[in-house]
Amino acid sequence: MSMLNEGRPTRPIEAEPDTAADTFTGNRALMIDEPLVFEIGDTDQCGVDFDEAPEGESRIGGLERNRPIGLAGLSEPQTVRHYTRLSRQNYAIDLGLFPLGSCTMKHNPRLDEKIARLPGFADLHPLQPVDTLQGAFEVIYELAVWLMKLTGMYGVAMSPKAGAHGELCGILAIRSALEARGDMREVVLVPESAHGTNPATAAFAGYRVENIPATAEGRVDLEALKARLGPDVAALMITNPNTCGLFEREMKAISDAVHAAGAFVYCDGANFNAIVGKVRPGDLGVDAMHINLHKTFSTPHGGGGPGSGPVVLSEELSAYGPLPFVAKQRDGSFRLIEEENAAEIHPHGFGRMAAFHGQMGMFTRALAYILSHGADGLRQVAEDAVLNANYILRSLEDVLDAPFAASGPCMHEAVFSDAGFAEGLTTLDVAKGLIDEGYHPMTMYFPLVVHGAMLVEPTETESKGTLDTFIGALRSVAERAKAGDESLHAAPVFAPRRRLDETAAARNPVLVWKETEQAEAAE
Amino acid sequence: MARYFTEEHEWIDVDGDSATIGITDYAQEQLGDIVFVEVPDAGAMLEKGDDAAVVESVKAASDVYAPVSGEVMEGNDLLAEEPGLVNSAPEEEGWFFRMTLSDKDELNGLMDAKEYKDFIASL
Repeated sequence: MSMLNEGRPTRPIEAEPDTAADTFTGNRALMIDEPLVFEIGDTDQCGVDFDEAPEGESRIGGLERNRPIGLAGLSEPQTVRHYTRLSRQNYAIDLGLFPLGSCTMKHNPRLDEKIARLPGFADLHPLQPVDTLQGAFEVIYELAVWLMKLTGMYGVAMSPKAGAHGELCGILAIRSALEARGDMREVVLVPESAHGTNPATAAFAGYRVENIPATAEGRVDLEALKARLGPDVAALMITNPNTCGLFEREMKAISDAVHAAGAFVYCDGANFNAIVGKVRPGDLGVDAMHINLHKTFSTPHGGGGPGSGPVVLSEELSAYGPLPFVAKQRDGSFRLIEEENAAEIHPHGFGRMAAFHGQMGMFTRALAYILSHGADGLRQVAEDAVLNANYILRSLEDVLDAPFAASGPCMHEAVFSDAGFAEGLTTLDVAKGLIDEGYHPMTMYFPLVVHGAMLVEPTETESKGTLDTFIGALRSVAERAKAGDESLHAAPVFAPRRRLDETAAARNPVLVWKETEQAEAAE
Repeated sequence: MARYFTEEHEWIDVDGDSATIGITDYAQEQLGDIVFVEVPDAGAMLEKGDDAAVVESVKAASDVYAPVSGEVMEGNDLLAEEPGLVNSAPEEEGWFFRMTLSDKDELNGLMDAKEYKDFIASL
């Protein structure tokens, strides 16, 4: 029998640590230093063999392209690898806990993905004949019915594409209702505890924004609100539960005061996750509220997919809701109400929010989520989300300052401040320290009413074990900040990129790729 | 020349019938690195309390209010190119705008340097 004397070595050979030479590629093992897609490909190459375009007569009236547009040519494997490598550098809910407050980064159930990928849903085109879209329309209709029931509202506009788009839809409906009354009002009130998109929406819709202060316990100052209400106020935009993680207990009194002044209540429903199945906003006097399907009803978001922001509306505002929408007919079939046929049943709609019917892929996921949880399951979602957030709050309040700890239980998210950190150490340092611990940081410096705020939303989908590990990590970093551990300024130490200069990036953003020669010439 | 302060952390230097306005050292420190400043155009008429300018840092965007009523004489154009001046010299080269004073009585409610120092110590 002949055999090699020496086999393949299976034990590491002793070597000095840190003596690795720089690599030829600049990569570090499987961490690839990924260039831009333009730098991988070449405008002279094409990854696909195309036939020469046939000669023919143009039908686009002299608008045909007359020079190359400079797209890099890549082969399919080059392209797939580029985006797969980039995805490996990303942090995602499928990799670990994503504690970003105000964002409800919960697990996206794979069942919902399976349903959304059914060819009968995934391969539809919105311009197909209506009689071939009946299943899709039934999904939109059924989801709409669920959203109205869960919120106790009269109508719903399904087409807004995300939360802020939904806000705009709601405010435009309010403006239409006021215009129909001949009542031109100029001001939208926004409490300090509201989402940052609310004042932006109001300003975009042409309103002047005024703040309403928060009380020391982190809720809307009802007396300050009452004092400011008047005939010039069109609406209050309130976030409930608010960004301090608290339920606005005086919501009914707030709504009554706003209505008594002839104004409308817009509720930012981004935090609906904390109260779904427990409270119906319609019972609290809300006139319009968007629902982030990508938060409460678990459709992918945060780089993983588009949002979807249906807006539930009161009976008065429903008359002004946007087109198109799906209506159920007596024979059980569905039809689309659009401009051509809206005159009879929906003559006052303010227009369109989108070209078509909304984010169909999110509708299928959200309905699958709702049906698989059922009404009792949705109620438990809210209960577990609140329980998990309170577990975080009470587990860390001995090491981190919790400004609203005395305001009662928090809702879906816990907020901490930087009080108690050693001189020179900041919330930013703690956030960067968490990266070294393997977590996406929490939301920081928001809400603005909390100094050096850290806003943590664990969601209901995390186990106690996962929460305990996160709490241990945040506790460890917070203790370093309190003890004055200057090494935190260097964090993240273990990430592929160290501390980035956010100031330089904001002051001198480079947003457009330029060829090297052009870039050098510009310098 | 007298310098006054507001509870919203603006400073105002009064020189005869005109005033120079900026944000205080305390304000820039709270905001962090300033990345963008928008100052009002000359000729803009401001009422006391109006939004007059916008200052944006890596943490947040904030409005700067007109501490008095009057007409804007000039905005500090340097800040468009060098917003960092608000961090390095908030109460000097980092001024925001100059305006006329239409009602000197409006200065009465403002704080002097010592009062402002006590005010921020109480925050």
